[in-house]
Amino acid sequence: MRAEIDRVGLKLGMWLFLYSEIILFGGLFVLYAAYFHKHPESFAVGGKELNRVIGAMNTVVLLISSFTVAASITAIQKGSRKLTIGLLGFSIFCGFIFLVNKYFEWGAKIHHDIYPNSETLVNGEPGLNIFFGLYYVITGLHGLHVIIGMVLLSISLVLMLVGKIDGESFSMLDNSGLYWHLVDLIWIFVFPLFYLVL
Amino acid sequence: MTAIPSFYHQSAPPGLTGIKAWLLTHDHKRLGLMYLGAVFFWFAIAMVLGLLLRTELMSQGRTIMGPGLYNSFFTLHGVIMVFLFAIPAIPAIFGNFFLPIQLGTDDVFFPRLNLFSWYLFMIGGLFALVSLFVGDGFPDTGWTFYVPFSVQDSKNVGLTVTAAFILGMSSMLTGLNFVTTFHRMRDKNMGLMQIPLFTWSLYATAWVQILATPVIGITFVLVVLERFLSIGLFDPDKGGDPLLYQHLFWMYSHPAVYIMILPGMGVISEIIPVFSRKSIFGYKAIVWSSMAIAIAGSLVWAHHMYTSGMSDVSVFVFSLLTFLVAVPSAVKVFSWVATMYKGSIEMTPPLLLALIFIYLFSVGGLTGLVLGAAGTDIHVHDTHFVVAHFHFVMFGGTGFAFFAALHYWWPKMFGVMYTFRAAYWGAVLAAVGFMFHYVPMLILGLQGMPRRYYDYLPQYETGNFLAGFGAYIMVFGIVIMFVNLLMSFRKGVPAPADPWGGTTLEWKVPSPPPVHNFIDKPQIMDFPYDFKGVGEQSQKGSR
Amino acid sequence: MNVDNQDKPHVLSYSQLTVVLIILLALTGLTVGVSYIHMGFFNVPVALAIACLKVSFVLLFFMHLKYEGPIIVLSLIGTVTILMIMIGFTFWDVAFR
Repeated sequence: MRAEIDRVGLKLGMWLFLYSEIILFGGLFVLYAAYFHKHPESFAVGGKELNRVIGAMNTVVLLISSFTVAASITAIQKGSRKLTIGLLGFSIFCGFIFLVNKYFEWGAKIHHDIYPNSETLVNGEPGLNIFFGLYYVITGLHGLHVIIGMVLLSISLVLMLVGKIDGESFSMLDNSGLYWHLVDLIWIFVFPLFYLVL
Repeated sequence: MTAIPSFYHQSAPPGLTGIKAWLLTHDHKRLGLMYLGAVFFWFAIAMVLGLLLRTELMSQGRTIMGPGLYNSFFTLHGVIMVFLFAIPAIPAIFGNFFLPIQLGTDDVFFPRLNLFSWYLFMIGGLFALVSLFVGDGFPDTGWTFYVPFSVQDSKNVGLTVTAAFILGMSSMLTGLNFVTTFHRMRDKNMGLMQIPLFTWSLYATAWVQILATPVIGITFVLVVLERFLSIGLFDPDKGGDPLLYQHLFWMYSHPAVYIMILPGMGVISEIIPVFSRKSIFGYKAIVWSSMAIAIAGSLVWAHHMYTSGMSDVSVFVFSLLTFLVAVPSAVKVFSWVATMYKGSIEMTPPLLLALIFIYLFSVGGLTGLVLGAAGTDIHVHDTHFVVAHFHFVMFGGTGFAFFAALHYWWPKMFGVMYTFRAAYWGAVLAAVGFMFHYVPMLILGLQGMPRRYYDYLPQYETGNFLAGFGAYIMVFGIVIMFVNLLMSFRKGVPAPADPWGGTTLEWKVPSPPPVHNFIDKPQIMDFPYDFKGVGEQSQKGSR
Repeated sequence: MNVDNQDKPHVLSYSQLTVVLIILLALTGLTVGVSYIHMGFFNVPVALAIACLKVSFVLLFFMHLKYEGPIIVLSLIGTVTILMIMIGFTFWDVAFR
């Protein structure tokens, strides 16, 4: 059996998993592309109804959290345990902020009768129904991945606290970080597609 | 025989006994056998379903079942055969068992993930079973679950597509494991051009498993969301386009057929050289064609949609691209035949089944050209011609490759040899029955009989009767093969390490192998199909 | 066991990471700012181009892609290609109905 841990192999496995996630969201982007072509005016109307500022804030939150996750990898490689833990904790907190923002955004829309199969959407422009249908599905699936990412980072945090992750053996942290960056990558596309289509 | 125990008598991780040594195993060999047990179960059910369907069709009007049950049966037959047999069988059983050995290593890169893949396979199967018995019963949408019916159907569509989602995860993770193993765990002395062709085929397949499966994942998620939330993403009244469902569905399901056939082709590439006592012709061409089939197969999905209402431009483009896919497949057929030319042919059951594969797959491939050409497709789309085509390639192809793999690697996996005569009879009956079963369908399709129809016009009755008759012969032959294999345990004729005179690494280890695969360090040859040294060593007399 | 190229993995300094973050925040500001300018059809390709640039920075630096071996780099390019085919080839249908 293997005596040494193959870090490169572990990382390769994680990247392969990320490819499957990219394609998973890719299917939704196929729908977005086709429907944007079909209902360009309705998509612009829908885009205006989403708040650019909140969307930008969420983008910034995720970018900063990606930075802190990447920095935590640097920290652990330099042996700064406390800094790693702090950066990791802050990243998870950023994820929490993102979800809270999302909760308020969705809440506001639902309050205005904009949700799947609502009266407003069913009786309104079909293109607008599609825009918001895609909005809920894509941001919903993305939010689920934010939660999964937070879980992975939390597990890494716990493993750090009990000493199972250190400067020599940090693949779990490294790979959880990769997953988190993917969550960021997806949002980098989601943001302009929904909030800046005006 | 050495005193080293086989993997049956030693667990990995060590110290496990009884049922735990199987249910908690990390051993790729045990996992392969656990998949074999499950796959046999599902294949048997789906085969019986097929037989019942064709019995119903043997005469006009109601024969043994009503139309509702008929629709559910062909849906179930398709779902099981596609997701629980054709896609997983060869990679999960023989890939798991032999890929690490062929690469000269002791297991896959992620053994616990491998175990998890098996549990996902079992849970997915369980979901499918449950969906048979709860609520309004099993879906009757066809295994393609087209909208709008799948979104409106009162039957258990949600449960069934969830089962397929879980099975897809199992497949994707297996692919992930194989790619990582291929790149990181090969014996240091084994370069890329020294890897056996079966492993190469699994590598090409693994990429398709990783990259294509998520598309059906998201598609089925959308079906469930539509059923619960009525978002309208495929509903024209709400701005949606039902054709986009078909695009997404076939974006996976076309590459899926390459997941089904590539490992089968890999099996044939192993068998032909061994029983021709001759090196494989065009090793590099076969490697490149495997990768080319994987890539080209991702470009052609909408050839399932020529009559759906999509644009004329896309009909033209996808038809043109579909012709390209035929080329690398033909390369393989030429290579196999060229391998046998001037070889020293030894007709064993694996070789007979491999030859049957080549013939049936080629017929299937040629009928694929009729379907791939948009003009002729208009005439035969959604007729029994299509049904015959895909059974020629998926059953005559993957199915017979599965039978061939069973007969080739059975002695290695179980340490016992089966009776040849019964195997020959079974194979021949299965093949003859196959022709009687599917050739009439090619004709019926050309004559205009639609697929998935419970009943038909009087002029189609003769063809359907013949097809049903052939079905019984075919199933009889398959049963003979399976029973014969199982009887090898009763008869207990021990198999040596190398009963065939093979050159790849699995024939250098005992039958069955020890838990860590190799006793001595494996000797990697310069070329994996060099038969010069093997002739003296093979223990052919033991048969 | 192939534990070759297990030499110490590349460490990105805090300052390098900070520069990347600043670039990303600037690009975010840019794309929001541009969205207030009405360029008609061109708003979409510009927004997507900026997004692609941002994604590249996250991939190359935060995800260390710049320092990874050919298997990961080539397979990522392959995956993105497949994604582009998925979207692009659907347009053979959708754009010509």
